[in-house]
Amino acid sequence: MIVTAAFYVFSAILIGSAAAVVTSRNPVHSVLFLILAFFNAAALFLIAGAEFLAMILVIVYVGAVAVLFLFVVMMLDVNFGQLREGYQRYLPVGATVGAVLFAELLLVLGGWQFAPQASSLRLSSTPAGITNTQALGRLIYTDYVFLFQMAGLILMVAMIGAIVLTHRERTTTRRQSIARQNARQVSDTLEIMEVGYGAGTNVTGIIRPKREPAPVLADEPHTHGVGLPGPGEH
Amino acid sequence: MAPIGVGHYLTVAAILLVLGIFGIFLNRKNVIVIMMSIELILLAVNLNLVAFSSALNDLAGQVFALFVLTVAAAEAAIGLAIVVVYFRNRGSIQVEDVNLMKG
Repeated sequence: MIVTAAFYVFSAILIGSAAAVVTSRNPVHSVLFLILAFFNAAALFLIAGAEFLAMILVIVYVGAVAVLFLFVVMMLDVNFGQLREGYQRYLPVGATVGAVLFAELLLVLGGWQFAPQASSLRLSSTPAGITNTQALGRLIYTDYVFLFQMAGLILMVAMIGAIVLTHRERTTTRRQSIARQNARQVSDTLEIMEVGYGAGTNVTGIIRPKREPAPVLADEPHTHGVGLPGPGEH
Repeated sequence: MAPIGVGHYLTVAAILLVLGIFGIFLNRKNVIVIMMSIELILLAVNLNLVAFSSALNDLAGQVFALFVLTVAAAEAAIGLAIVVVYFRNRGSIQVEDVNLMKG
């Protein structure tokens, strides 16, 4: 009884937030409604008994994919009002296609039933007595291990592809070039020179050159010493 | 209220799928909302897989749902990277402007 009520509440919020995703005026609101839809879908998964998938949906989808959407929407400086032009024009054809598709799906839903041998055709039946996570773990590491590895490969290719696509060389920053560093020789940058004893010391300022004596004017009275400028004299 | 069966889940998933396709038609210019609509469609597929897995006591459906989630995450990452690169080159993400390859 409580499960039934919970199912209806969660599915109502799921459908409402999904409708808000596609009709929202601001894409940031769309992403936030998408997160709400994922949370409610996780609740529906829990009601169906798929606990591991519910947690994966919350962690991977809400935690990674939806936040990635949020980053991209906030990073791009796009005039979103301009993107909504023609909204009224697309509304009738979209509603028509949606209505036709929904009618077809309802026709299918109204008349289907399980095949009589369906229960004997199970690929991997749910084991009793262990949790959903344990059962899934036993399954994906044995029967589906190659598919599991392939999923990891797909994720790695996607990661490398996203990095390669969005990476750009910056000319304004200085980067480390390890090949250049390793190829560097001592002789490229350093030169050993033979320097005589005491040579060049006047250039480097170790031995200061003697100052010229101050010029003495002829008609000036000789109040100071000649040729030896005192410390106060310029 | 009737107990929850696989039909309830199928109805919810059908509504979700129709809403996703409706969103693709409605937001034809905004590629980010189109990608969000694709996420909704994949969520509807996952809901169907989990519902049948639960109804038939067959865990293979949940394994398939796991792989669908993996591929959807990879698709979202690559798609958003393409959107970012496109915006960097053209300064716009309008779907009608995407005609560089003259396809």
